[in-house]
Amino acid sequence: MHELAVAQALVEQVDAVIDQHHASSATSIRVRIGPLAGVVPELLATAFPLAAVGSRMEYAELEFTHAPIQVHCQTCGAETEAAMNRLLCGACGDWHTQVISGDELLLESVELVMDPPHPSHLALPPQNV
Amino acid sequence: MCDTCGCNITPGNQHLAFKPVAKGATAVSVLKGLLQKNDDQAAHNREHFDRRGILAINLMSSPGSGKTALLEATLTALKNEFTCAVIEGDLETENDAERIRAKGVQAHQIVTGTACHLDAHLVHDALHHMTLDGVELLFIENVGNLVCPASFDLGQHLNVTLLSVTEGDDKPAKYPVMFRAADAMLLTKTDLLAVLDDFDCDKAEAHLRNLANPAPVMRLSARKKQGMEAWYAWLREQLAAQRARVAVGQSRRPAIQSDGMKYHRVSAS
Ligand SMILES: Nc1nc2c(ncn2[C@@H]2O[C@H](COP(=O)(O)OP(=O)(O)OP(=O)(O)O)[C@@H](O)[C@H]2O)c(=O)[nH]1
Ligand SMILES: [Mg+2]
Ligand SMILES: [Zn+2]
Ligand SMILES: [Zn+2]
Ligand SMILES: [Zn+2]
Ligand SMILES: [Zn+2]
Repeated sequence: MHELAVAQALVEQVDAVIDQHHASSATSIRVRIGPLAGVVPELLATAFPLAAVGSRMEYAELEFTHAPIQVHCQTCGAETEAAMNRLLCGACGDWHTQVISGDELLLESVELVMDPPHPSHLALPPQNV
Repeated sequence: MCDTCGCNITPGNQHLAFKPVAKGATAVSVLKGLLQKNDDQAAHNREHFDRRGILAINLMSSPGSGKTALLEATLTALKNEFTCAVIEGDLETENDAERIRAKGVQAHQIVTGTACHLDAHLVHDALHHMTLDGVELLFIENVGNLVCPASFDLGQHLNVTLLSVTEGDDKPAKYPVMFRAADAMLLTKTDLLAVLDDFDCDKAEAHLRNLANPAPVMRLSARKKQGMEAWYAWLREQLAAQRARVAVGQSRRPAIQSDGMKYHRVSAS
């Protein structure tokens, strides 16, 4: 299933975050998944350890923020909750709605362990020859 | 085909914010699409298409709903009107590409092996093997699968989702992610409606509307050449719209993917 591909994308992204912050590893990763994203959190949780083997997030905890489905009605303007296969306005019942939450697939946050500073860099004065 | 591909470059993380949590650990708020890398590649593919004025259409359905049969009929009918090319995605075999080549149309087969969907990188690799000069319509036949392909932008302008009448009219309700992504829904194999008593085209359409999807629904049989004119008219209309966009330097992403972010009020928690 494509959850393995999504897990691999997640590992790549967290890897980039680790690099950008000169960290040594990630201890916790939080992902926001809406029901309409097409990714099943449980399957992603199963696929993640496979994708993370040998990486700097091998021992990280993967956490999920669940995003409820909310639609904005273009007819009456109401914002209501909706079910996955009935994205109708909860106020007037119209189907001319816009999903405003519930289809996201986001890397929300990462907890990093920072590299220890390198005192040797600071100690060495610039050498002018 | 492209000098500096930039396929792997992701935009910088400007919106990174630090907030220390514990000694030795730092929480970093990222808020980036998980499939950002694929989406960046898809945007790059779309630039290839737009630069050449090509309209790219992604065909998705269950295995065997009639994607290749639809293409065979379409390529024959439009032969003297447009220059077409096809990218075929399948788990195994070159069969579908060979069926297209038999119509005298350029086709590149992507054999995905175990991957049950195409992604933007696979499509980009395929583009490098094709002659795109002069191509006006590019069809990408995705792997037969009603689940995964909907999550991966390929750089196409439009998604067309097929539902054959042997599959049941409730499929849009069962696979909302896929059918929500459709810019057009084709009810295929309608010649079989006579022998099936439980497929109701109106119900299938109602299920699509329940997903807040205004996409046109066309009923057709590629085998018996029924209802094909409406499909061809839609293609002509969409190609004209693509040319108008290209003329003013604009592009288009499948409806579902463009909505998303601008309406999302996501905030770091
Ligand atoms: N009766 C009828 N059969 C059709 C029609 N279109 C396709 N078929 C048959 O359905 C079967 C599958 O058609 P394909 O065109 O190969 O379907 P596909 O979606 O490309 O299949 P995959 O690429 O394997 O997912 C074949 O036996 C076709 O002959 C149609 O309009 N009417
Ligand atoms: Mg096929
Ligand atoms: Zn309403
Ligand atoms: Zn390129
Ligand atoms: Zn390239
Ligand atoms: Zn897949």
